[in-house]
Amino acid sequence: MSFNIEKTLNSTVVNIPPSGIRRFFDIASTMEDVVSLGVGEPDFVTPWHIREAGILSLEKGHTHYTANAGLMELRTEIAKYMKRRFDLDYDPKTQVMVSVGGSEAIDAAIRCLVTSGDEVIIPEPAFVCYRPIVQMCGGVPVTIDLREEDQFRLTAQQLRDAITPRTKLLILPFPNNPTGGIMDRQDLEEIAQVLEETNVVVLSDELYAELTYGGKHVSIANISGMSERTVVINGLSKAFAMTGWRIGFACGPEALVKQMIKVHQFGIMSAPTTAQYAAIEALRSGDKDIENMRKEYDMRRRYILDGFNKLGLTCFEPKGAFYVFPCIRSTGLSSEEFCTKLLEEQHVAVVPGNAFGVSGEGFVRASYAYSIKNIEKALDRIERFIKK
Amino acid sequence: MQTKDKKLELLNIIARDENLTNAQMAVLTGMSEAEVDATVKQLQQEGVIVGNHTMINWDKAGEERVVALIELKVTPQYGEGFDRIAERMWQYSQVRSVYLMSGAYDILVEVEGSTMKEVALFAAERIAPMDFVVSQNTCFILRKYKENGIVYDKANLDDRQVVL
Repeated sequence: MSFNIEKTLNSTVVNIPPSGIRRFFDIASTMEDVVSLGVGEPDFVTPWHIREAGILSLEKGHTHYTANAGLMELRTEIAKYMKRRFDLDYDPKTQVMVSVGGSEAIDAAIRCLVTSGDEVIIPEPAFVCYRPIVQMCGGVPVTIDLREEDQFRLTAQQLRDAITPRTKLLILPFPNNPTGGIMDRQDLEEIAQVLEETNVVVLSDELYAELTYGGKHVSIANISGMSERTVVINGLSKAFAMTGWRIGFACGPEALVKQMIKVHQFGIMSAPTTAQYAAIEALRSGDKDIENMRKEYDMRRRYILDGFNKLGLTCFEPKGAFYVFPCIRSTGLSSEEFCTKLLEEQHVAVVPGNAFGVSGEGFVRASYAYSIKNIEKALDRIERFIKK
Repeated sequence: MQTKDKKLELLNIIARDENLTNAQMAVLTGMSEAEVDATVKQLQQEGVIVGNHTMINWDKAGEERVVALIELKVTPQYGEGFDRIAERMWQYSQVRSVYLMSGAYDILVEVEGSTMKEVALFAAERIAPMDFVVSQNTCFILRKYKENGIVYDKANLDDRQVVL
């Protein structure tokens, strides 16, 4: 009998399609002179004082595991940071877990909450990880299609319509990747009113919380009665340009965090020690870095938004993250066609909106985590593409 | 009339890239083009914007340029302090910058020439004999790594990977 590994694979995993973002970049990587607006991470290098703290920790020989939940010193800084920046109160001993990037915390939270048949509401367009993780837990993803006319916000009515007796969890991904949409306090209060009547838990993915423009980020955990049912996921990747260090964290109700630490303990043990030391420095002395980078993104945001709107690829004003989400329907092309042709003809890489959910069709995601010169070059080429 | 913050934002943009058009700066700052134009003119009149220059890596351009920093200890002039001395220094076309310093010496002069000998002779024949100069120390710049916030010879590669 010949052994066939294919037949042994978990069909749930096998049936999950690969990320739609990747495909374009595999093509782009074979081309010369590609101008990319595709990458979803800061172009800044981690500020030197933070890198130095990592180096210093190595010099001192801090090369061992840390506590599963993360260094107590780091958890304390995280609690202070959440209070200082977002007015949220967490006990660093019992309500904070340090994870390997925000992604791991999202995975751990979903695994601790979702069992077979549980419904998880995912407003889309959204970051691509929620659906596969829910499916791998045996849960049922229930999509809410966010609309451009609502500025890609989740409305109370949409949420009410999606909730069933089987609903376990609501994913709240704001500031949003890929749309740049945000939820302000009033939007969140309306969502909270709907949730009050239910047992639905909230996973609030706030990785982009520091990157809002024209107003401070509000967490749903700030809304009265919501913190007891909300796990806030945040991290240092976007705010401090620390993507490669892989430090995220979860803050939430003690009972949930306790179980998440179990998942984290058996799967990961502890987040990288060097990165944890660098993260302490970032949280302690990095507020100014955040502000400098935020200002820079804000300038680029104005520039790229103006550029797309002038090209007739209309774009609502994104108030968060570092993406614009222009509508490309006026070209008569689908999102995939637009991106493929743009890449082939003008060597510009953007991501088709439908990679983030069906409701992203008719849009593309362009990142402005690029220099003004790069953005200018990309816009020039897109103009040539459209005029042709 | 723009707020101080807006003016500073505009100045930071200009300091980094003087080639931007008013239209581009208007988009970047959220001001109108007319406001940018008026503000820039006002800042020029007030002497806030004093000039601009493009930075060139002369080594790469194949042009030999020798730059030295001359540290001077001087005797301040009666009634005019160090200002009169600085003025004497900046008159020379070879002198690119003059600074009043705290610390071990008083005046720092940046001098440029086409050969080491030319710069050394300038220091010896022009600066050293001045009656207020007590002592001088000429240091040649051998290589520039970073100037005005810009790192020379830095590979500008975007090594970010698409991971999802």
